[in-house]
Amino acid sequence: MNLLRVVIIDDEEPARNRLRELLEDCREELPHSIAGEAANGVEGLQIIAAAGAEVVLVDIHMPEMSGIEFARHLQVLERPPAVIFVTAHDRYAVEAFEVNAVDYLTKPVRAMRLLTALKKAANGARLARGVLESIDPAPRRFFSVAERGRMTLVRVSDVIYLRAELKYVTVRTRTGEHLIEESLTQLEQEFSGVFVRIHRNCLVARRWIRGVERGAESESEAGWSVVLEGLDERLAVSRRQWAQVKALVS
Amino acid sequence: MQSIRQNDLPDALPDFRNLGVISRILLSVNALALFFALARSREIGEFAAKVTEIAGSLEPILLVVVILLYAGSTLLERLAYVQGLLAVLAIVLAVTAALFPFQSLLGESGEWRELAWSLGHAALGTGAIAWYFHLRNRAFSPAISEARLQALQARIRPHFLFNTLNAVLSLIRKDPKRAEGALEDLAELFRTVMVDNRKLITLGDELSLCRQYLNLEQLRLGERLSVHWRLDPAIENALVPPMLLQPLVENAVYHGIEPGTAPGIIEVRIERRDDRLWLHLANPYHEDYQHRQGNHMALANIRERLQLHFDVEASLDTRIADGRFEIGIAMPYRTSL
Repeated sequence: MNLLRVVIIDDEEPARNRLRELLEDCREELPHSIAGEAANGVEGLQIIAAAGAEVVLVDIHMPEMSGIEFARHLQVLERPPAVIFVTAHDRYAVEAFEVNAVDYLTKPVRAMRLLTALKKAANGARLARGVLESIDPAPRRFFSVAERGRMTLVRVSDVIYLRAELKYVTVRTRTGEHLIEESLTQLEQEFSGVFVRIHRNCLVARRWIRGVERGAESESEAGWSVVLEGLDERLAVSRRQWAQVKALVS
Repeated sequence: MQSIRQNDLPDALPDFRNLGVISRILLSVNALALFFALARSREIGEFAAKVTEIAGSLEPILLVVVILLYAGSTLLERLAYVQGLLAVLAIVLAVTAALFPFQSLLGESGEWRELAWSLGHAALGTGAIAWYFHLRNRAFSPAISEARLQALQARIRPHFLFNTLNAVLSLIRKDPKRAEGALEDLAELFRTVMVDNRKLITLGDELSLCRQYLNLEQLRLGERLSVHWRLDPAIENALVPPMLLQPLVENAVYHGIEPGTAPGIIEVRIERRDDRLWLHLANPYHEDYQHRQGNHMALANIRERLQLHFDVEASLDTRIADGRFEIGIAMPYRTSL
């Protein structure tokens, strides 16, 4: 028989134990197997692909990465598992879930509710695109990069700049480069407090900007480049963004 | 109406040993005198002379009265409100009468009519100040009932209640004994929150409440939560407002421990220095999690209640240093009231 593969993600051990007990109670009605457990979103993303999860039970309030951000990163996967959120008390999130018909359970969880949610997930219910972003518009703490079939997380605070090239955006950190499939304009909106636009194709992290220096002037470029902390690269500032960059460095 | 009236603070004499009360008396009596001088003078030149004249007779009386009230405050506290008020009035009138002969030495006529005039004004002044403290008491009364409501609604966060119930449920099948203990702690915690918490309690009681709360948090957070206590053994009997520490400890867990994956330490240090009690609380500070709500409400609530009980003699300060959030409270050390 084909067992439904379930993963549990919660930062509190007793809460994970409780969900395991309740799943056990549902086993007869809905055969399933517990394919993995994790204590936060970051650990969860590391195990999710290998576990071949079909359903994830995920707590919302967790350190390091919230349940909502975790679910957003899942959407990068080719076949993302169904997500059932679990929360002790988050009126705001619960209202948003109701409005968007996202499945959630409140702690303490009841076996009947869990069973209903699992059945729905087993029938292929998936999150609609953009729903999670509207539920929690707070900026993510990580970028998720699908590389060679596995997921790599890049901490947003480690990123020095984001540069658009053709279909992708290059994420540059001190140690390397990654490609993500997102739009620079949306990134600019989501992380408006973290990055500043210096060019049509480039956002730079405010905290890594050390200053500006004179460079080659051209029709579209102002003749100034941004100097970065820890990188020898210089990034050209466009005429349109020069006033904003100048205000930032002076 | 009955239930609303129950929330009112009973009228009581102010604490005459409190610096805030003393300065309020001195300031308001002098303000009354200035106002009186202004009303009695027809031109600006006359005003200065009137002020000097009134101050000359008023200040000695005021000082002696304040000193007597300070010295006699423990006796006065034992009286009912009306008796206490009459006793204060008697003190004021007696001092006014006793100092009257000295004022006649200073060149005033010293007639009986003059004495009656002074006594009348002294009585009026006392009445005005008593009325002021009565109003002040009333003004703070709704704040207290509000504070009680917040104790039920905000201080024990629903978040905490549901998470704890969930953790207890997880124990019932495997470790029923521990589940029992946890439910007992929970019951006791709520009993304390739900009782009338306007009277001061001993610090020992408040600390055991904190320990019960922390036991429950330990249940679900395990090794992520550790608490370092440094308590002066001489502080168990100190009187503090109820729910002074518990909301702060709860904040420390909510803002300091829960957002971290690594184990975190909450430090509680309480010591007595002469007649002051110093409370110090520190927890890890997570810059990224500042959007979590509720901290400022609890702090404002505690600050308000400290002011209510101790006026200017208590203070609450916070700061962020070396990645830790710190709260310092200083208040008078009292063992009886």
